[in-house]
Amino acid sequence: MDTTATVIEKRPLTDVTTLLVVRAPLVARNAAPGQFVILRVSETGERVPISITDFDREAGTITIVVQNVGRTSALICALEVGEEILDFAGPLGAPVELPDRGHAVLIGGGFGAGAIYPLARELEARGVRVSAIVGARTAGLVILSDLLGPACDEYHVCTDDGSLGYHGLVTGRLEELLAEGAGYTSCFAVGPMPMMRAVAEATARWHLPALVSLDPLMIDGTGMCGGCRVSVGGETKFACVDGPFFPADAVDFDEVTDRKAMYAEDERVSCELAEAEVTV
Amino acid sequence: MPIVYPHKTEMPSRDPQERRSSWDEVALGYTEEQAVVEARRCLQCQDPLCEEGCPVNVPIREFIRLVALRRFDEAARTIRRRNLLPAICGRVCPVEHQCESRCVLAHDGQEPVAIGRLERFVADWERAHGGTPSLVHPVRRAEKVAIVGSGPAGLTAASDLAQRGYQVTVLEALHAFGGVLRYGIPEYRLPKAIVDQDVENLKAMGVEFARDVIVGKTVTIDQLLRGLGFAAVFVGTGAGQPVFLNVPGENLKGVYSANEFLTRVNLMHAHAFPEYDTPVRRPRRAAVIGAGDTAMDAVRCSIRLGAEEAHIVYRRSEEEKGARAEDYRRAVEEGAIFDWLTLPTRFIGDADGWVKAVECIRTELGEPDESGRRRPVPVPGSEFVLEADLVVIALGTRPNPLVPQATEGLAVDGHGCIVADTETGGTSRDGVFAGGDITTGAATVILAMGAGRRAATAIDEYLREKASLVSTAAERTGNIGL
Repeated sequence: MDTTATVIEKRPLTDVTTLLVVRAPLVARNAAPGQFVILRVSETGERVPISITDFDREAGTITIVVQNVGRTSALICALEVGEEILDFAGPLGAPVELPDRGHAVLIGGGFGAGAIYPLARELEARGVRVSAIVGARTAGLVILSDLLGPACDEYHVCTDDGSLGYHGLVTGRLEELLAEGAGYTSCFAVGPMPMMRAVAEATARWHLPALVSLDPLMIDGTGMCGGCRVSVGGETKFACVDGPFFPADAVDFDEVTDRKAMYAEDERVSCELAEAEVTV
Repeated sequence: MPIVYPHKTEMPSRDPQERRSSWDEVALGYTEEQAVVEARRCLQCQDPLCEEGCPVNVPIREFIRLVALRRFDEAARTIRRRNLLPAICGRVCPVEHQCESRCVLAHDGQEPVAIGRLERFVADWERAHGGTPSLVHPVRRAEKVAIVGSGPAGLTAASDLAQRGYQVTVLEALHAFGGVLRYGIPEYRLPKAIVDQDVENLKAMGVEFARDVIVGKTVTIDQLLRGLGFAAVFVGTGAGQPVFLNVPGENLKGVYSANEFLTRVNLMHAHAFPEYDTPVRRPRRAAVIGAGDTAMDAVRCSIRLGAEEAHIVYRRSEEEKGARAEDYRRAVEEGAIFDWLTLPTRFIGDADGWVKAVECIRTELGEPDESGRRRPVPVPGSEFVLEADLVVIALGTRPNPLVPQATEGLAVDGHGCIVADTETGGTSRDGVFAGGDITTGAATVILAMGAGRRAATAIDEYLREKASLVSTAAERTGNIGL
């Protein structure tokens, strides 16, 4: 059984974000919107979950977008075309449940803009009206407009510094559009935790059903370790098998945020070590 | 007439103080002399009850006879007739509940023959003297069989089917093979080189190993049976889903399931952070909830990670603990503290969301419950607080639901276990067999191996029957050779 995964295309999106197209036929065959893969890139490396940005079952490819934020993501971003990825396991997680009608608004913060693309593609195929709101700190960090823009009926960009599109947060734009009578019937958000929390609050005010994609720390990704447990509506769920998408209004964001930071100090040590390795 | 000792020959082991900071194997194994002395304690019973106590019926009397005669090579081959993973079983089998509990010496006021230690000795002797000849059936069979999970059940089934000539592929969800032998059992109890060696032996027999394949996600059972051309599937995915206490504070930082804690250490080498990238909490005071094998593993790992104090917190008494006698003794030697008759009621966090203590209440044992063990009843007013900056919850596991959820028509019971015939492993789906913890709930390595073995026999019969039906049909229609 061929479990290899080879990088066949690489495209830097910003100074800190890289898009990789990986030939991994076994993973691509069953991939569905909302799922993720787990990568390991060195024999001493950790297992990191990464959202699937795109998949092509016929071509046997999976596209991922990686933000260079730590020792492992730096190694992933350093992979070159033709290189094999040591471990590329998936597709993991439950496919997101998408509607068959109405008007869906997809919200992508930072490199989360990549993860909403497969949802846009599927919704479009189902004939659902799709709007996307993507946000970034500044114009140079807005990614995948070329991919996402054409896949949506409406495409809105927001920047924190106002250098492109709406000046402010994605939730500011979301509420503005809702106030203008956009008539959204469902919402899906992927991005940094504070953004998803803000989306949860905004959509609750407008009684708009919303799902957010949680990315807690994970090891196996198959429901074995329980490290990714999150409280949803007072119940413990495993993000790797029950998620990653959960109802925004039921998520205990304080807990998710806190647990994600569990190894902040260790991660700092690891990053310093990685930088020292590069310097040497 | 040799002198017969009433006690088992002691097995050399590392000094407990040294062990507290070392991941090297604790038990060092018998020397040839010690093995012979121990083997001579065996009475060579006419009717060896010990063999009935072994789930895979190792010819115990015969291999011990050969050890006593210093014919170690033959002893190894004798064991291998029934058990392909003797180096593992000799280390992790709960012998006191199995073979050794049936030894006549044990019923005669003496200690039983140390069958587990002898099995380990023979397996290690064999490895040190040129390894294992692979036993492959001379006739290659065309049928492909998929083994889901590379734990003890899967490895045994793979080995038995490869020996019968089938094309066997083992599918593992993680990046390393061995299942619980890899992620669950620590290095100091089962060196991973032994697991690697056993996997290599199977590869030499022609078994294909594929990692990162999560059956139920990457491929489904139906895809294996249809598009991918497997004639039968064995599911040995184990009891991988952790059970939590469901008390307040369980999601505080520093509270782990035993699965997560042990996986970080064993599979991901978190004890060697930052050389390895995966971190784990370095405890000052650890509290492990539960008293089974896994709890002993967790408490001994926490000691090795630097805990000055490491507690076992268990709501029943020492008598009801599930741990093997040897692991319990080792934990005691290494300084673990045992809080028997203690029930955790909540976990208390500090201002930063880290666990800092376990609130407990003392219990006393009342009437027996469904499990037949006396039910722990909280003693009013006996609440107290146990300081702990690492908590590991080792209360057992449930079957992993990934395969049943993704397989239409595969029957499961109320606990989520796949319903399988205890003799054949046959399930409600044609061509799908199952065994080990996925069918029984959390049990032992050797029981899983026994189930893997029985399923391999049943799969062989199933495939032969299918082949003969096909050839009979071909004869009838005159299609032979097409």
